Amino acid sequence: MKISPEEVAKVARLARLDLTPEKIDQYAGQLDGILGYMDKLSELDTSSVEPMYTPVDQISVMRDDVVRKDFTREEILRNAPETDGAFFIVPRIV
Amino acid sequence: MTRYETVIGLEVHAQLKTRSKIFCSCSTQFGADPNENVCPVCSGMPGVLPVLNRKVVEYAAKMGLAIDCRINRTSIFARKNYFYPDLPKGYQTSQFEQPICEHGHVDIVTAKGPKRVGVTRIHMEEDAGKSIHSAHDNASYVDLNRSCVPLIEIVSEPDMRNAEEAVAYLKAIRSILVYLDICDGNMEEGSFRCDANVSVRPFGQEAFGTRAELKNLNSFKHVQKAIDFEVERQIDLVEDGEQVVQETRLFDANKGTTHSMRGKEEAHDYRYFPCPDLVPLVLQESWLDQWRSELPELPKAREQRFLSQYGLSSDAAEVLTSERDMAEYFEAAVAAFAEPKKIANWLMTDILRELNQTGGRAGDLLLTPQNLATLVRMVEEGAISAKSAKDILPELLLTGADPEELVKAKGLVQISDTSALAADIDAVLAENPKELADYRAGKTKLMGFFVGQIMRRTKGQANPAVVNQLLAEKLK
Ligand SMILES: [Zn+2]
Repeated sequence: MKISPEEVAKVARLARLDLTPEKIDQYAGQLDGILGYMDKLSELDTSSVEPMYTPVDQISVMRDDVVRKDFTREEILRNAPETDGAFFIVPRIV
Repeated sequence: MTRYETVIGLEVHAQLKTRSKIFCSCSTQFGADPNENVCPVCSGMPGVLPVLNRKVVEYAAKMGLAIDCRINRTSIFARKNYFYPDLPKGYQTSQFEQPICEHGHVDIVTAKGPKRVGVTRIHMEEDAGKSIHSAHDNASYVDLNRSCVPLIEIVSEPDMRNAEEAVAYLKAIRSILVYLDICDGNMEEGSFRCDANVSVRPFGQEAFGTRAELKNLNSFKHVQKAIDFEVERQIDLVEDGEQVVQETRLFDANKGTTHSMRGKEEAHDYRYFPCPDLVPLVLQESWLDQWRSELPELPKAREQRFLSQYGLSSDAAEVLTSERDMAEYFEAAVAAFAEPKKIANWLMTDILRELNQTGGRAGDLLLTPQNLATLVRMVEEGAISAKSAKDILPELLLTGADPEELVKAKGLVQISDTSALAADIDAVLAENPKELADYRAGKTKLMGFFVGQIMRRTKGQANPAVVNQLLAEKLK
């Protein structure tokens, strides 16, 4: 096994996913298959190949340090689960 | 004698003085109304793409150059995953592998002498928003104005062995950031933050002890106190045969203690991976040449120059260069009146005391460096007494008044003109023939009487040194 059900449970907890024991076993099996496939790719000798961080050709895409205000607060808060017109309001966390 | 050695490593988060955020064009302005400076990028809406602010790269690289880092020609961004409501994307965009700068160092001086502290890395990242928790309605209020504000994190090697070294290192880092004009260095407002990793080990042991990470250190004093407390706490645990737990501990400034932030044990499992939304950053040599040429004179170099150029004491050179504001104030004053030691004295005593009391900075003083120079010149030329100058200094600091005008308005001008004073002296001697005769008969104590009469006649404006000298000549 490339990944144990315990590891799947831990990753799920970190991602705030609530999984049943059946689902954990199921995903462990599926992830194991994927990781096994990755191992197959690892058989290739890539020691002389630079790691690729992006399939995109561009590098160093940057913008100038210029301020723009494209959205009003009202527009931004339209996506809030709850708001008082100034803040995003969420269930208390501490 | 303690049988334990303390090991300290520091993480500094410095907020960069850019106009716009690191990955979007929202303003970084402090103190705006909640959620005014927010867009879909910094509020983590799905489908948006971040675009890197060029100024952030420049500032991070300049800090690296200033502390002799290796600048990585290729660096990449990574996602640091954790959940918190003020982190709308569910990850912080930061750097993990291949940060922009590595392997630098800073030289510090403490009572134990000079020491070189290694800097492991500098990386660029975004700040999180702010949340206010309300017990009353069981809700958290989230303001995303600070979300995506640019930070650099400067990570030291675990090279420090006591709180004094830690504070000296932080002061040196802060001073360099302020000299570079890339961070305002304000600890209270949080634009310069520090976390301390502290552990203890028996002397001679090579392996590090288990460390605690101290947070909520928002002044140099707190850094000192928190580390001192934590070291004692860990030594006590070890002596009692207990284990130090690896955890994050918050400093309580009121109690001077640290306490565990329980329940965050998973928080360190950040599952970093390269951010697919940001392309690799490749620095061109011409940019680096440009940035290198733009580096200002840094604190250590300026301190050396103050020693050689102005002949200041090492203490004065250090104090006057540790803040860029103060160094510039000093040089502007010296440019107006070339008596560096005299001006340094005024700055090191009365003015520094005033700044310490108000918590202000030299750049905010209403008394301009040119006006300070005028005041010092008037004292040196005998136009006013040193005492009068000290007396009016608080008012000059408070109002920014022109010292020459204030001296006139208050009638503090000293009479140092010998011919004017000679007439007053002659008059006093003529008015007091009996005392004059007694003096000449040997009652030399009457010298004080004559000086007093002259001071009274001139309403205290006579320069006492000149009076004494003239009087002594006349009474010969
Ligand atoms: Zn934004």
